[in-house]
Amino acid sequence: MPKWFMPAAVICGIMFALSPVLIARAPYESTMGLVQKIFYYHMPAAGMFLVAAVVCGIASVRYLFGGSPRQDRLAWAAAELVVLFGAIALVTGPLWARKAWGVWWQWDVRLTSSLMGWMVAVAYLLVRKYGGPGSDKLAAGLALFGMANVPFIYISVNYWRTIHPTTNVVPTLPTSMGVPFWFCFTAFVLLFVLLLRLRVRLEEQRSRLDVLYLSLDE
Amino acid sequence: MTVFKRVITFASLILLLAAGSIAAEQPQQTEQQKGFVPVSELPPQDQLPAAPLLVSAYAFVWLAVFGYVVSVARRLSVVQRECERLEADISRGHRTP
Repeated sequence: MPKWFMPAAVICGIMFALSPVLIARAPYESTMGLVQKIFYYHMPAAGMFLVAAVVCGIASVRYLFGGSPRQDRLAWAAAELVVLFGAIALVTGPLWARKAWGVWWQWDVRLTSSLMGWMVAVAYLLVRKYGGPGSDKLAAGLALFGMANVPFIYISVNYWRTIHPTTNVVPTLPTSMGVPFWFCFTAFVLLFVLLLRLRVRLEEQRSRLDVLYLSLDE
Repeated sequence: MTVFKRVITFASLILLLAAGSIAAEQPQQTEQQKGFVPVSELPPQDQLPAAPLLVSAYAFVWLAVFGYVVSVARRLSVVQRECERLEADISRGHRTP
């Protein structure tokens, strides 16, 4: 593992340990009260869900047109993170919505397109695991579809007005809410980078294993 | 005079229709706006305690991340052990069953 990995992991751990303190000290939102504090983990997780889908898509494009196994490994690693961060966003969102909206789920554009993006990533992993030879190219095509969905997920709330807040919420946060939010967001970015590196390392080791098996057969 | 009566009748009809549509567009008063409402009579989502939902959300995030880290670490250690075993076999110059 690279030299920066362990110090970054320690910093990330400290940030996640401190985050509940900052969130507890943040003021209550006027209409939603305590349950709005889910936002401090929900939104960064949703952000990393979109970033992971873009990383997976770009790496897949580079793999399809360049054929580099390194890009394929990166795409596979990022697809797992789409599923992880997507699951976090799709579970914490309904827990918040149950209190704030009175329902667990709404078939609005943001929620539906996010669920679709998450299912595309699940499909990517299933194709990679059970697809057999050639599944890498097929999965890369799926990743492109997942990446194309990202801008739609992001801007959908501004065009189809539903009960989901618009993208205007984060830029207009007061400092008392903005500080814990950006702290948590940074922690999630760091977590994303660390998990991506760790997962890529796993794929590198698997490639090394394949090379070793081939050299044994010769 | 007849024309005047018709105009008045027509204008009254228009006013009546407009008043009806304006009244329909007025937001309905909630129970809370009409007077004090005991907390036990609030709609179900307002009575719902927020703390269990908040704790569930944060617990899920921590467990999901922890579970994923453990899963990747276990897979990585299995692959690394296999790599070391194969490298040892190759260096010995034969393959173990």
